[in-house]
Amino acid sequence: MNFCSQGNYDNMTNSNEPDIVAFCCHYTAYACSQDLQNLPRLGFPENVRLEILPCSGRISIIRLLKAFEQGADGIYIAGCKDDTCHNVRGSRVAKKRVDYVKDVFGQLNIEPERIEMFMISREPNRGFIEAAKEMTERIKKLGPSPLKGK
Amino acid sequence: MIIGERKPIREIIGMLKGIKNILILGCGGCATVCSAGGEKEVEILASIIRIDRKKKGEPVETNEKTLARQCDTEYLEELKDEMDEYDAVLSMGCGVGVNFLADMYPKTIILPALNTSFMGVSEEQGVWSERCAGCGNCILDKTGGLCPVARCPKRLLNGPCGGSQNGRCEINPDIACVWQLIYDRLKGLNQLEKLQEVFPMKDWSSSLHGGPRKIVREDLKL
Repeated sequence: MNFCSQGNYDNMTNSNEPDIVAFCCHYTAYACSQDLQNLPRLGFPENVRLEILPCSGRISIIRLLKAFEQGADGIYIAGCKDDTCHNVRGSRVAKKRVDYVKDVFGQLNIEPERIEMFMISREPNRGFIEAAKEMTERIKKLGPSPLKGK
Repeated sequence: MIIGERKPIREIIGMLKGIKNILILGCGGCATVCSAGGEKEVEILASIIRIDRKKKGEPVETNEKTLARQCDTEYLEELKDEMDEYDAVLSMGCGVGVNFLADMYPKTIILPALNTSFMGVSEEQGVWSERCAGCGNCILDKTGGLCPVARCPKRLLNGPCGGSQNGRCEINPDIACVWQLIYDRLKGLNQLEKLQEVFPMKDWSSSLHGGPRKIVREDLKL
């Protein structure tokens, strides 16, 4: 399983797969996998690097921007369903920050689809893995980040 | 406090065209409190500028700094030994800060990152509204502490215009008619007799109509 260290999103691999950074709510991630080391066995794509947060609402706009600035082709947040957030409004806050960055991307003529918010049930389910796969497919279609090779 | 909001990204990007070494300068005063131009917003804007330039393949060096305030000489002087290093300073302070920087550093390009909006209050997180127009001649003792100059779109001084309905303003039904609020408040305070007083025509010379204003306090001068 690939993890990011906080604030450092430089991709050290030379894979041709899209480099995706996922900021994940602790509760959502564990509800899906029980143990994060199980994720590859459950089909979680290897090109997605995880940063686990105590709550998706902990994410800041600058961390999202820096992940992109440092080379991510796509970024997403996986948080709880709006009405089941352990911290009441964490995923709602996270979505507002994703929307902020989408707006910034739009103004910079960068595809806003490169960043997304997924609200996933905290009960055991495959939503966490499906989100990673959906983002991987989406970014493959969009191609590498427009910042790459410049 | 002074409320501002960041200009659209495209406008900021446009004014930075061709500039390679930028100081993005935050303000620790009002601009920080209204989440428009403090340390956090400086970091975000610097990142946005770098992303834009990286996408275009145009080099840029962004420097980030936030002063305690941009409206005091003592803080702006902190920059005096480094100003020559920058092609431009992008101020995230209010218009006061931008002006003062331009006054103090005539050889440096100073650019505004914010639109300075008004003097107002935080109604709740993320919501600000105007309360004072800075007209220079306060009449709040006569109007129950509520200002018709700032809060009546017609700036009427002798009661409502007649267009207000159900306590709402006819110009903008989203806001209360301030004269309705004044009446209700004075009634609650048993001070309705204050409304008997007729305001004469307002002398606007103490407002911006008299040009830029200045206060000199001899008791404080050194």
